[in-house]
Amino acid sequence: MQELKDRARELLADGTVKRVLGWKIGDLPYNPEPAYFETEESLKDFVYNGFCGANLSKYMIEASKLDGKTMVCLKPCDTYSFNQLMKEHRVDREKAYIAGVGCKGKLDIEKIRKQGIKAIERIEGAGICDEAETLKIQTVYGEKTCAYADAMLERCHVCKGKEHKIYDELIGESKETADADRFDEVAAIEAMSPEEKFAFFQKELSKCIRCNACRNVCPACSCRKCVFDSTKFDSSQKANVDSFEEKMFHIIRAFHVAGRCTDCGECSRVCPQGIPLHLFNRKFIKDINELYGEYQAGEDTGAKAPLTDYTFEDAEPSIVGKRG
Amino acid sequence: MQRIGVFVCHCGSNIAATVDVAKVAEMALMEPGVVHAEDYQYMCSEAGQAKIAEAVHEKNLTGVVVCSCSPRMHEATFRKAAERAGLNPYMVEIANIREHCSWIHKDMEEATKKAVILMRAAVAKVNLNTPLKEGESRVTKRALVIGGGIAGIQTALDIADAGYEVDIVEKTPSIGGRMSQLDKTFPTLDCSACILTPKMVEAAAHEKITIYTYSEVEKVSGFVGEFTVDIRKKARHVDMDKCTGCGVCQEKCPSKKAPSEFNRGLNKRSAIYTPFAQAIPNVPVIDCDNCIKFKTGKCGICAKVCQAGAIDYEQQDEILTEKYGAIVVATGFDTINLEKYDEYAYSQSPDVITSLELERVMNAAGPTHGHLERLSDGKAPKEMVFIQCVGSRCSDDRGKSYCSKICCMYTAKHAMLIRDKYPDVNVTVFYIDVRTPGKNFDEFYRRAVEQYGVNYIKGQVGKVIPQPDGKLLVQASDLLDNQQILKEADMVVLATAIEPNPDVRKIATMLTASIDTNNFLTEAHAKLRPVESPTAGIFLSGVCQGPKDIPETVAQAGAAAVKAVGLLAKDKLMTNPCTAHADELLCNGCSTCENVCPYGAITYEEKEVNDHGIREVRRIANVNNALCQGCGACTVACPSGAMDLKGFSNRQIIAEVDAICR
Repeated sequence: MQELKDRARELLADGTVKRVLGWKIGDLPYNPEPAYFETEESLKDFVYNGFCGANLSKYMIEASKLDGKTMVCLKPCDTYSFNQLMKEHRVDREKAYIAGVGCKGKLDIEKIRKQGIKAIERIEGAGICDEAETLKIQTVYGEKTCAYADAMLERCHVCKGKEHKIYDELIGESKETADADRFDEVAAIEAMSPEEKFAFFQKELSKCIRCNACRNVCPACSCRKCVFDSTKFDSSQKANVDSFEEKMFHIIRAFHVAGRCTDCGECSRVCPQGIPLHLFNRKFIKDINELYGEYQAGEDTGAKAPLTDYTFEDAEPSIVGKRG
Repeated sequence: MQRIGVFVCHCGSNIAATVDVAKVAEMALMEPGVVHAEDYQYMCSEAGQAKIAEAVHEKNLTGVVVCSCSPRMHEATFRKAAERAGLNPYMVEIANIREHCSWIHKDMEEATKKAVILMRAAVAKVNLNTPLKEGESRVTKRALVIGGGIAGIQTALDIADAGYEVDIVEKTPSIGGRMSQLDKTFPTLDCSACILTPKMVEAAAHEKITIYTYSEVEKVSGFVGEFTVDIRKKARHVDMDKCTGCGVCQEKCPSKKAPSEFNRGLNKRSAIYTPFAQAIPNVPVIDCDNCIKFKTGKCGICAKVCQAGAIDYEQQDEILTEKYGAIVVATGFDTINLEKYDEYAYSQSPDVITSLELERVMNAAGPTHGHLERLSDGKAPKEMVFIQCVGSRCSDDRGKSYCSKICCMYTAKHAMLIRDKYPDVNVTVFYIDVRTPGKNFDEFYRRAVEQYGVNYIKGQVGKVIPQPDGKLLVQASDLLDNQQILKEADMVVLATAIEPNPDVRKIATMLTASIDTNNFLTEAHAKLRPVESPTAGIFLSGVCQGPKDIPETVAQAGAAAVKAVGLLAKDKLMTNPCTAHADELLCNGCSTCENVCPYGAITYEEKEVNDHGIREVRRIANVNNALCQGCGACTVACPSGAMDLKGFSNRQIIAEVDAICR
């Protein structure tokens, strides 16, 4: 982390960048937050550790409008989002100095809590340079331990790989964390009967409080004006006929990001209700892979997206329909 | 608030027998905005249209809903009627209560309920309609004909004779198509080549016609009046300007193993070849897959013997880009693959042949120089069996459900010709029905039976079994005598079903022209617009639209030419005002719409916008109204909902859905 901080200081000092987009120490040991650092002095609060899950790509939409370059710290998975935004002309490559930061898997505080570890005061072993296999967690009830892998976000277990797809320089090392198949969860739902599926989603989506956190964090949900906020569309004004109608929000959102979602997993990470929102997007990704051939949004900026491209080999609509 | 009039048509009994039309009119009066509703026997008649005009004047209508047949049938009629009465034509909507309702339902109560719902949806839409104005676009005075068979040649000649430039794109090395492979033509028995080759020469010599043989349409963009087409001129490896057509190269070519396409694979041809002697252009092509020079690098004999120095092994494919106002599809047909009909032993015995192969056998330029002989041993046959409907009128998925139309007549022709030339040969035809509608057709068939003694047996053949002595045992049933028949034959001829040329799928996709389940191109209206595709500017000629014989093909080719000329004769076309446009405050500038637009109508520009007081330069989608065809692909692809379609706005569609779900 020191190396990263030093580079940030140098780049600010020599004027290469006007600001640094990274993470700032939060009020608790596990909630660092995205922040701009404009002076060398402000970098004292800069942090990069296992809890820095936030994908900073989306902030570059606004940063692209600012004067001068912004040094943005992107983990390998974040670079997919950056590429996708570049493809959609939402971020300006010229305005970004991309520091590809190493990643050894990001931590999920909820997973730690689920192990009964509460009232946390200090966490050791979450630092990016630590080779710790185990987290030492100081709580008001004394010291507890938790295996690093057991505290990892679901998305890190199905990591797309530790290769940065776009960067200006690489800082820090990465460690492979994938140990599960990305589509296992989706396949399990596909195997359910329609009634079971409906019950599953009804149960999960009924937890939604429409805080819009998923939408606000999503790099693919970057419309200037969301259709759910605009008075131009009837969707924002409509009274709910039943409790499920509100949940159509998530289904509509999944359609809106289909073919563009890089599966960065931010929606599920930020959901305060713990809804596995990534499942919707992953179902679309799985279908796209199966119907139109393997495609990973954000892998590069050149490839044509299967949903907005036509080839003679495309599946017939009737086949898509049959799969439901 | 709109003032809407709803007009419910009885369509004689077409609608009124199944839908309570008075009830639909009565219910309409309860819809928001509706100030007038009535029903009438034939809304499309002069009296019906007068009723619309009268109501527009008396009730000051601002919008009209006609509950009638499909908009494809009479939308234009009612729009014109409203326009004459002073309304903007785009304030008229059709609720299709015939095709979508009365024709597909039996129960009056249910059908009426549905008709009311369809009416409601249309009213909900008209409530949000706004007047629209048509634009204008140019017409490129040049036509493209895809396919150089008799259909394409005739269409091109007719267009060219009317004074317009025409290009023919033909996939094979020569124009002529299937007709050039035929020996004689029914019902007059004139020699096919004698009537076709003069037309081929005429087309080649016509100053308004350019022929691109050994070429394929690669890409089509644009729209009616202004199509842009990429044509791939495949490398012939022979310089067309230098070649004199002397034919020495073909004689000397040491590779003579390739099956001759023209003779349906019944004999071999050289690797450098012209498909047939009367080919136009009379310039050979090198078939690289069979050429020793291309396969091993050694040979080059053709280049050595060519006095004109026309052989060019380095020649590459060439892409030509041309603009056209109209495109005529004349891609023709092929016979179906007989893999699934193994009971007829086509793959087991060379003496079982298709009718098209028999044409080649009977032809003087064919593999047997016109002698009727068995292909296995060259012996003259004494017993010939013809099997009709092989793959036609088929009830399972092995073959085609349709009648191939030409087989009854060409089989009568074959039978007659054989009996005439070889009176010692017995000819038996197994048929399901003999279909001979057409001028002088039944007389022709009866001549085969009565004068020439062809033995017609109503019944299907179950199996053809090759015997060790080389004969073919035909097992069939005679339905009239109710008998099983076992018959020995020397040759069996299969009247193989015809199907559209398989390439037509690709071409239809490029042209956005619709095709049916059998890959035949769909006409705009089965009865009233049989030579036009539903896609504007695309016309249909010949078998690509449905099975037909030569006279019908030539007639349709002329009809397609007239339609194309009617388009080319116009200086300007009115464009559809239902085009897309982007709300610049909602546009993300993401290029998704640009990627999906099939017409290249969307570009992006850096534009200063004022978003509630914030002035900034944004990347905004810009739609070229002249290019936009209103397909709506962009509106569904747009993630932010910035793209909308005039006349079919998201709001209007949601209003329709809401009205249906109410």
